[in-house]
Amino acid sequence: MPIDPVLKLTDLQRRYAGRLVVDVPGLEIRGGELLAIVGPSGSGKSTLLRLLGGLETPDQGRIFYRDRPTVPPLPLAIRRETTMVFQHPRLLSRSVSDNVGIGLRLRGIGRDAAKTRIDAMLKQVGLEALAEAPAQRLSGGEKQRVALARALVFEPTVLLLDEPTANLDPHNVSLIEDLISRERRQRPLTIVLVTHNVFQARRLADRCALLLGGRLVEVSDTESFFQSPADARVTAFVRGEMVY
Amino acid sequence: MARLSSSQPQPNPPVELIGERADLNDEPSGTLGRALIEALQLLASGDRALLDILGLTLEVSLAALLIAAVIGLPLGATLGLTNRLPLRGLVRAVLYTGMGLPPVVVGLFVYLLLSRAGPFGELDWLFTVRAMVAAQTILALPLVVGLTWAAVESVDPELRPQLLALGATRGQIAATILREARAGVLAAIAAAFGAAVSEVGAVMLVGGNIEGQTRVLTTAIVLETRRGRFALACALGLVLLLVSFVINLALLRAGERRTPAHAD
Ligand SMILES: Nc1ncnc2c1ncn2[C@@H]1O[C@H](COP(=O)(O)OP(=O)(O)OP(=O)(O)O)[C@@H](O)[C@H]1O
Ligand SMILES: [Mg+2]
Repeated sequence: MPIDPVLKLTDLQRRYAGRLVVDVPGLEIRGGELLAIVGPSGSGKSTLLRLLGGLETPDQGRIFYRDRPTVPPLPLAIRRETTMVFQHPRLLSRSVSDNVGIGLRLRGIGRDAAKTRIDAMLKQVGLEALAEAPAQRLSGGEKQRVALARALVFEPTVLLLDEPTANLDPHNVSLIEDLISRERRQRPLTIVLVTHNVFQARRLADRCALLLGGRLVEVSDTESFFQSPADARVTAFVRGEMVY
Repeated sequence: MARLSSSQPQPNPPVELIGERADLNDEPSGTLGRALIEALQLLASGDRALLDILGLTLEVSLAALLIAAVIGLPLGATLGLTNRLPLRGLVRAVLYTGMGLPPVVVGLFVYLLLSRAGPFGELDWLFTVRAMVAAQTILALPLVVGLTWAAVESVDPELRPQLLALGATRGQIAATILREARAGVLAAIAAAFGAAVSEVGAVMLVGGNIEGQTRVLTTAIVLETRRGRFALACALGLVLLLVSFVINLALLRAGERRTPAHAD
């Protein structure tokens, strides 16, 4: 497994209306790892992920993609192999399979080849019965699965996931978690997973990070993050004792 | 039977004479009823003059619509996708004023531009089909731009970063959003065609309503009404409505048809 950083950020700051929302002096995301970022609501998890995905411009600091400094909007070549699943996905007012296939169409992949991949992906997220349904009428959890499917179908090498199972029931949570694990086994895939669910972080992540008020409190291997964290706030957070 | 063709001058053909007298005395509904019959008769008889007028009406208005769409769709989409547009409010006010331009004023403006002494007098377009197309394009363009702008703007702005993250180029984002806004874009096209095909002031001024050359349905209606051939004028009005209806139906069908991919 390659461990050179796929993504690296230095001295990163992002403000909204003067308020510092993300303030991270440094972070490296290693090739092939799954890094989970946990933290309370409003701690800046989504903002940090958008910064990593080049969808937002930092007020200060840099983001390196495989050691190349980048500025949004990122070059197409990078955007074609990095993708993000948003916390609140927006789908096109078209069928579910059209939505899942959008990344393939954008990459100029032919209809027949695309259809095979779309159908396989729909099956993986348990939506094959809804293939022709209008995407706008789906439930929240179904939309979220479409959003994950439309990202995985073009086989990105870097995947930024923002609460991908927030609206799902336990059955679908494990379906998605299994899917993520399977994808990681099958091909080189680097994942940053934002979740409020510490159990999910523990189940899936190689390393975990706690974000509080835009600052990274601790980044460590999942095992030590849960068993022997250096920072007392991590203990409080993973035990659900943190009041925020 | 009603006829538009006037190969020989027939100042008072018997049919029309009866028609006129009846018009003075009858309820308007009587005129409308006869108009319907005359419209059908005219269409069924394949009246040469009517077909010419109909053909020219479509030619002028569809050409104006095509030009307005080719310029107006990208322009409207760009405006709708631009976050920081300087003087946005002013641009919009100008455009919305343009959506309500009085055709006769546009006609006058184009007339002055194209007249012998005008800046484009050299072209020698006055009283030709080209002048009519130019005038109707000016009328249709603000409608295409303004309504496309509004339609594109109404698409959820959060869709854009998500498309970017899925690997879309700028052009692909624009095409996808334009497609998301298709109902509104279709309305823009329909409104522009309606404005072009129904106006009379501009084509009258710059086309001159020359029989067999620049006469369209609206100018023919004005003429026949002035001549007192009310039923015939109504019949032409019905034909105009019918044409508009068929074109709109075709537009809607085209819009609903599932197109395979993005314009990329
Ligand atoms: N576009 C914006 N404009 C102004 N403030 C913003 C914007 N986006 C986020 N914020 C603020 O920045 C802070 C961090 O937001 P962010 O969405 O990153 O939090 P989060 O950790 O993802 O929260 P959640 O778990 O609820 O999704 C919040 O206080 C939020 O109100
Ligand atoms: Mg969030």
